[in-house]
Amino acid sequence: MSSQDDKKNAEGIGTTGHEWDGIEEWNNPLPRWWLWTFYATILWGVIYTIAYPAWPLVNKATAGFLGYSTRAEVAEQIAEVDAQNAELRTALAEADLTAISENAALQNYAVQGGAAVFRANCSQCHGSGAAGVQAAGYPNLLDDDWLWGGTIDEIAYTVANGIRNEQSPDSHWSEMPAYGRDEILSDEEIGQVVHYVLQISGQEHDAAKAGPGEELFLNECSGCHMEDGMGDPTQGAPNLTDAIWLYGGTEATLTETVTNARFGVMPAWSEEWRAAGGLDQSEINAVAAYVHQLGGGQ
Amino acid sequence: MWNAIKLVVLGLIVLFAALAANWGRDLAYQVHAIIILAVAGGLFVWTLRHVGDEPEPVNQLEYMDGVIRAGVIATAFWGVVGFLAGVFIAFQLAFPGLNFEWAQGYMNFGRLRPLHTSAVIFAFGGNALLCTSFYIVQRTSAARLWGGNLAWFVFWGYQLFIVLAATGYLLGATQSKEYAEPEWYVDLWITVVWVAYLLVFAGTLMKRKEPHIYVANWFLLSFIITVAMLHLVNNITIPVSIWGSKSVIVWAGVQDAMTQWWYGHNAVGFFLTAGFLGMMYYFVPKQAERPVFSYKLSIIHFWALIFLYIWAGPHHLHYTALPDWASTLGMVFSVVLWMPSWGGMINGLMTLSGAWDKLRTDPIIRMMVISIGFYGMSTFEGPMMSIRAVNSLSHYTDWTIGHVHSGALGWNGMITFGALYFLVPKLWNRERLYSLAMVNWHFWLATIGIVLYAASMWVTGIMEGLMWREVDAQGFLVNSFADTVAAKFPMYVVRGLGGVLYLTGALIMCYNLWMTVRAQPKTSDAPAMAPAE
Repeated sequence: MSSQDDKKNAEGIGTTGHEWDGIEEWNNPLPRWWLWTFYATILWGVIYTIAYPAWPLVNKATAGFLGYSTRAEVAEQIAEVDAQNAELRTALAEADLTAISENAALQNYAVQGGAAVFRANCSQCHGSGAAGVQAAGYPNLLDDDWLWGGTIDEIAYTVANGIRNEQSPDSHWSEMPAYGRDEILSDEEIGQVVHYVLQISGQEHDAAKAGPGEELFLNECSGCHMEDGMGDPTQGAPNLTDAIWLYGGTEATLTETVTNARFGVMPAWSEEWRAAGGLDQSEINAVAAYVHQLGGGQ
Repeated sequence: MWNAIKLVVLGLIVLFAALAANWGRDLAYQVHAIIILAVAGGLFVWTLRHVGDEPEPVNQLEYMDGVIRAGVIATAFWGVVGFLAGVFIAFQLAFPGLNFEWAQGYMNFGRLRPLHTSAVIFAFGGNALLCTSFYIVQRTSAARLWGGNLAWFVFWGYQLFIVLAATGYLLGATQSKEYAEPEWYVDLWITVVWVAYLLVFAGTLMKRKEPHIYVANWFLLSFIITVAMLHLVNNITIPVSIWGSKSVIVWAGVQDAMTQWWYGHNAVGFFLTAGFLGMMYYFVPKQAERPVFSYKLSIIHFWALIFLYIWAGPHHLHYTALPDWASTLGMVFSVVLWMPSWGGMINGLMTLSGAWDKLRTDPIIRMMVISIGFYGMSTFEGPMMSIRAVNSLSHYTDWTIGHVHSGALGWNGMITFGALYFLVPKLWNRERLYSLAMVNWHFWLATIGIVLYAASMWVTGIMEGLMWREVDAQGFLVNSFADTVAAKFPMYVVRGLGGVLYLTGALIMCYNLWMTVRAQPKTSDAPAMAPAE
């Protein structure tokens, strides 16, 4: 027994008189601050449940005298922002895209809004900085090398309709033959074409292979990639003479590309083509304006 | 006769499991059938070999401590497994490359995360509750466990449940309900085990020699009964086939969500709070050798706690399809729950009045005190986070993860470590622990680990909450989701390091307990006796 125990016993607190395996219990009262805080929370709880929707009745719940509702609150906030932006939003939906940049307020609204659309919908593939993922075939949108054209109207078209998808009948469409898999070219010939492509893209190559590769290229590839290998944005055929590659420009990846071909798909984003999560015209225009001003717009 | 019944039942189980292994429609189900086949087959052979043996005489005046010793070992073992899994998945989040390509579908984050949560809550926490409740109920009732070997059935049945649950997660058998992931047949099995647990516990209370039931037992009994109710309602499912693991929940939509979080929050409330308060109410006064601070407080806060907790679940579903009225009630009951929760903290801490000097000399008391401190902190943080306005920032962020871990690592972990240090010398009749210095090391490693964990999760949680809601002047979102993930990287590393410290502390504890049993001198051989009638 400590001196404190003696004091407690002197104050008449004492224990309950029971003992379990040597454990006793003091008869201390409830701490006042604890009890009053408990009462205060209960009182607050009663008032709060009268003020806000709370108690379930037979076929509905009490609504609370403040008339509060989380759904009404969010609807109000959305309406507020919509009202604030209504004018610019309508103007953007109806705008001549090439003229947006002449109107500073509209351009600002389009770029900010387009950036938000991009973060929510496009960044998953193209990266939050729009630099793409080369190995996976997601194009970099920061450079001026465009597969399907880099004017603001062409960008808006690509966003709305996508590439090689089944959603939009107006989707961009082109398909490179699988030269190896479909046995159009032999392995030796594929090697020759690949070395020719290495040559025109200014990389190290075997001139003995690139020579015959040139003739194969002119026969098989120039229809889309053009005789000079500069590509054709109307067919989504990439320029093969620069250092920018969608799937990689090494001998191994080029051989893979020629042998099995590629078939990159982009969804159609227009609300016209999808049941949920589509973009309306002002959002499509906004994201086109955003991508166009990233650095490579034509 | 009893043996004959056992052999028939085991034989039928073996036969059914063999059919199930053959006809099973998915890998998890087939693997489980083989596990059950092996267990039931082994028991069949064992029973057969012991037919006709004279039962060993049991001294009914002796406490039944064998099953508690097994429980102590299982608690330490599953603790290390659970902490290790936690450390690994923490680093998987920081370094996604640790989701190895070759282990996809088995060892990726999505499969290991429920393994971690179930390992720490149900395997580590559950075994801790099983063995301490068996210890407490015998000592405070002055009676041997009721039901003979039924307690052993509870222990081994529970371990089988853990193995079935854990292997199921890795192989993809899950109901996708948080903390209730095991599929229908595992649910049925744990129901059987749990009823046996209730019988052993309540049976022992019924035959107690003390006139009154000690407060620790109120908490433990409320934990056992409420968990049974929660489990049964939340897991009402219809199996797609008796030969497959998949089942369909009968609840749908928001009713399913509400039932799930009624269960989920009260798994926290009754498993991790009420059950562990039972532990606290025995081991703190025993270790401090002081009377409990206030009987009145214990009775008021007990009834207030169990009445209020059961309503608090809807605060997990603020701003969802849940109607506003349910959301309000969940929030209000959570806030009113603050003081009843703190009643346990006050009773625990104030029990030390007159013995505060022991904090300096006794690292086990220190462990228990910091555990109560973390309990107080997280039972304040919880009501605060349940407030709608706070929740709109904190929900879905790492703040929630930090909150859970300051409770689980701080409160549940530390009070369990304290109980294990208390129990091992007594259960193995050793004079004292192998090393108090090691307890001290464990204390500091674990405490610093928790601080790193909780602090890093507060920072990332509040940061990502603010980043998600950040809009510019025209109302457009400023950050992409990937931006918020990238920003969390440094804190994810800090969190992982906190976990490493906590795990290291637990390993030191295991060594210390092992050496206590191996290398400490025995006390007199007299077994612990229940007082005579």
